[in-house]
Amino acid sequence: MCRLSAITAKDYFSPVENILTLETMKEGHDGSGMGLILKDLGGEFESLKNVPVLSGICSNDGVAALDNYMKAAGFKAVHMWTPKIKPVRGITARDNYFARFYEYPKAAKELSQDEKEALLLKTRVALRKMGEADESIIVFSFYPDVITLKEVGDPLELCEFFGLENSPLKAKIIFAQGRQNTNYAINLYACHPFFIQGFGSMTNGENTAFVPIREFLSGRGFPGYIGYNSDSEVFTHILHYTVNGLHYPLNYYKDIITPLKPTEIEKRSDKEFAGHLKKSLRPLCIDGPNCVIGFTPDGTCFMVQDSKKLRPGVVGGVKGKISLVSEECGLNRAVPDRDASKDIFPMRYDMVIVPAGAEEVKVWNQLQGWTTTMN
Amino acid sequence: MEPAARLDNNHELTLKEFPYIIRWRDDRCKRCGRCTAVCPMFSIAPTVVAKRVVSSSGANPTPQVERQVVTVIKQSTNIANYCTGCATCTLVCPNEAIEPELNPNNKFLINKNAGGGAYTRGGRRNDPLVSTLDRLKFTRISMLTDPALDAGRHEFRIRTYLGRILPAEDLPVKFVNGSGELDATAGKFIPPVREIYPVMIGSMSVGALSPTMWEGLAMGITYLNEVEGMPVVMCSGEGGMPLSLFKSRFVKYFIPQIASGYFGWDEMIRAIPHMVEDPCAIEIKYGQGAKPGDGGLLMAHKVLKLISEIRGVPQGVDLPSPPTHQTKYSIEEAVAKMIQSMSMAWGFRVPVYPKISGTRTAKAVLNNLVRNPFAAGLSIDGEDGGTGAAYNVSMDKMGHPIASNLRDCYLDLVKQGKQNELPLIAAGGVGKKGNLAANAAALIMLGASAVSIGKYIMQAAAGCLGDENNRCNVCNLGRCPRGITTQDPKLYRRLDPDKVAMRVVEVYKALDTELKKIFAPLGRSTELPIGMSDAISADDPAIAERLNISYVC
Repeated sequence: MCRLSAITAKDYFSPVENILTLETMKEGHDGSGMGLILKDLGGEFESLKNVPVLSGICSNDGVAALDNYMKAAGFKAVHMWTPKIKPVRGITARDNYFARFYEYPKAAKELSQDEKEALLLKTRVALRKMGEADESIIVFSFYPDVITLKEVGDPLELCEFFGLENSPLKAKIIFAQGRQNTNYAINLYACHPFFIQGFGSMTNGENTAFVPIREFLSGRGFPGYIGYNSDSEVFTHILHYTVNGLHYPLNYYKDIITPLKPTEIEKRSDKEFAGHLKKSLRPLCIDGPNCVIGFTPDGTCFMVQDSKKLRPGVVGGVKGKISLVSEECGLNRAVPDRDASKDIFPMRYDMVIVPAGAEEVKVWNQLQGWTTTMN
Repeated sequence: MEPAARLDNNHELTLKEFPYIIRWRDDRCKRCGRCTAVCPMFSIAPTVVAKRVVSSSGANPTPQVERQVVTVIKQSTNIANYCTGCATCTLVCPNEAIEPELNPNNKFLINKNAGGGAYTRGGRRNDPLVSTLDRLKFTRISMLTDPALDAGRHEFRIRTYLGRILPAEDLPVKFVNGSGELDATAGKFIPPVREIYPVMIGSMSVGALSPTMWEGLAMGITYLNEVEGMPVVMCSGEGGMPLSLFKSRFVKYFIPQIASGYFGWDEMIRAIPHMVEDPCAIEIKYGQGAKPGDGGLLMAHKVLKLISEIRGVPQGVDLPSPPTHQTKYSIEEAVAKMIQSMSMAWGFRVPVYPKISGTRTAKAVLNNLVRNPFAAGLSIDGEDGGTGAAYNVSMDKMGHPIASNLRDCYLDLVKQGKQNELPLIAAGGVGKKGNLAANAAALIMLGASAVSIGKYIMQAAAGCLGDENNRCNVCNLGRCPRGITTQDPKLYRRLDPDKVAMRVVEVYKALDTELKKIFAPLGRSTELPIGMSDAISADDPAIAERLNISYVC
């Protein structure tokens, strides 16, 4: 079972905190890959909030091809961050790990936010396709204020490999996953967390309903609904489809992936809509075992469980720093000075939502509605 | 000199030509005559033969030879009176003195055209081989990386939708304080959708079935809904339905069918104002898998008083339906006008869908339906479907297997992103070898939203004797030995409708358990695993490739 560690805070913090949390939760082999997504960046990137960041890995040939493409597309590089790689036994270093900051092409500067996001997505997808066959270009995200880092190996060793302990890399929201028990050979595109247009998520467990969900998403005609090297990538795309595609409030994500029975829907104040939603989005119903932790472009983080709650997951913390993790011991490591009696273990009907800034924790229950446990 | 033909039996058939040969045991037979009285084909008759009998008796037995005239049972060599192998004779024999035996080397089809009439019969495609559905197995078993579910203790929702489902993008919704509401001001038509059990009883008419059989099925369905909470539905078949049921609250469990003969619909249309509930749906029959391109056919000897009243026709006449709806000239017209007319009859509150026979042109029909906002689904009946009466050649050689036909249609919908909008109902050979749950689940994973059964329920609920070795299969003659497909009161009184209903309930309860035993190890319980094609594999590479699933060996 994979380890999940998400931390959201009002102040900037280092991804090392997430990695140590993963280490605390580790049981056995954990070397199938680690993914990190940093959102709301601090330090040297604080002044580059609106500048799109392309995160990825390239071979030396791939870098040249990428540069040519970006230049031709009119993107101008204004800043670059690369991890200071330290050789670690067992981890095969690739040529170039990078986060490149680009100015929008001149022609794009007058575009609306939606149009800009479409351009970024189109560019990322094109780069991915260019380098997919020979793995010369691997791109994880292309979006303002977001950096993604992924590699195969043990999370703690990868922390050393990327030199994160001495790195000024900091953010207010960081998602980390230690991937375990997967099929070899490992494709980095199968490594959580997944990202699309400001939405990200990571999951533990298998997704038994993967194929019907993938076929449904692929049929939406949205250019970003591709890949699916991992059965968990669909959770990110369902999230994006719910909020960006259908413009539903975030809590309806829970109703989509774990719809209620008709007798339960009858008790809802929005029963008419909830009933139609269940029918119209039937192929997106998951069956677990899954715990999903995600974030939205406005910095809201959340945790949901499948409808049988077959995976662990807990949310807790103090005002200004909340952690969403797969196991309680991880929470003890991430936020040790909290009141553990107020930890929330979301059950089958719950969606725990933490707005940006980590000042508040709300629980949406499909039957009971909203409650606020910390504000 | 006398012609040789009068001296020998040269133009007679031998029993070796017949599909079933009666094995009668002289030593066990007590000459009660039950077997000859019950034989639906008059294949056996009592006759007398002169025999040389040797007997010994007395204190010092001495063999005595005597010529006696004795009664024996003789099988007819008249092709019209062929033994169907139904074994009703065996059923009634008190001494186990008689039984039919399959003759695999028979020349029945070569001879069954006496008088220039092509062979007609009822039943099914006579192919006893394993069907494609039985070549599929469920191979994605949840092991350690994800826990298998507990079929006995987890909650399962084995339900499906019948009706056109609007894509979420088209739902007229607005959010007030974060809560979704349907926006009535949008003026958007939201098609009716029913939540039903995914295995339904397919169309078998009052007329094709006896009153006791139809009543038994109807009672079983109603019990499942009202008492067991299982929303199993049943299609009426062509030929209307009893108006007392049509006008009752129970009609919501039934799908009246309209076919090219429109039998019964004068009466039903007039009864609409008196209905207290809407029916579950309306099925428009364009074809049936057992005899593609043929209309329905009810032979005159089955059109007795009850049937003539329900269908609105005179007694004792053949009732052939045309192969197509005669007033429509194109698929667009047929599909659109029929569906819209029937929708309008119930104020657009009832799902209306067509049923076609399996065909390579199914995708063309499907794509017309996809573009008709009132089409509620498509039912496809594969070549292994059954029928009450058809030409043997139609049943045996015409039609398309359901598995690849369904799969092609589903993948076509997937390509268009519309697989959740138009439910596909698959039929034809479901449970042919008794594996009802496995066949139904396999079809669901190939893309069916629901499946229909016919022959299976006739066999399971009423003991239908027919099989793929052409056993019985005389539904067309009105002489059904079980009383299932006859209108002769002497025969249908053999069938107790209460027992049929009880068996229907038993079949569905067992089916429900078996479906859970399939879905649970696959890790699925919340929604029907429609299109979960990664869960199934074929044991034949060609089948796997054709169905776009994995091959295992």
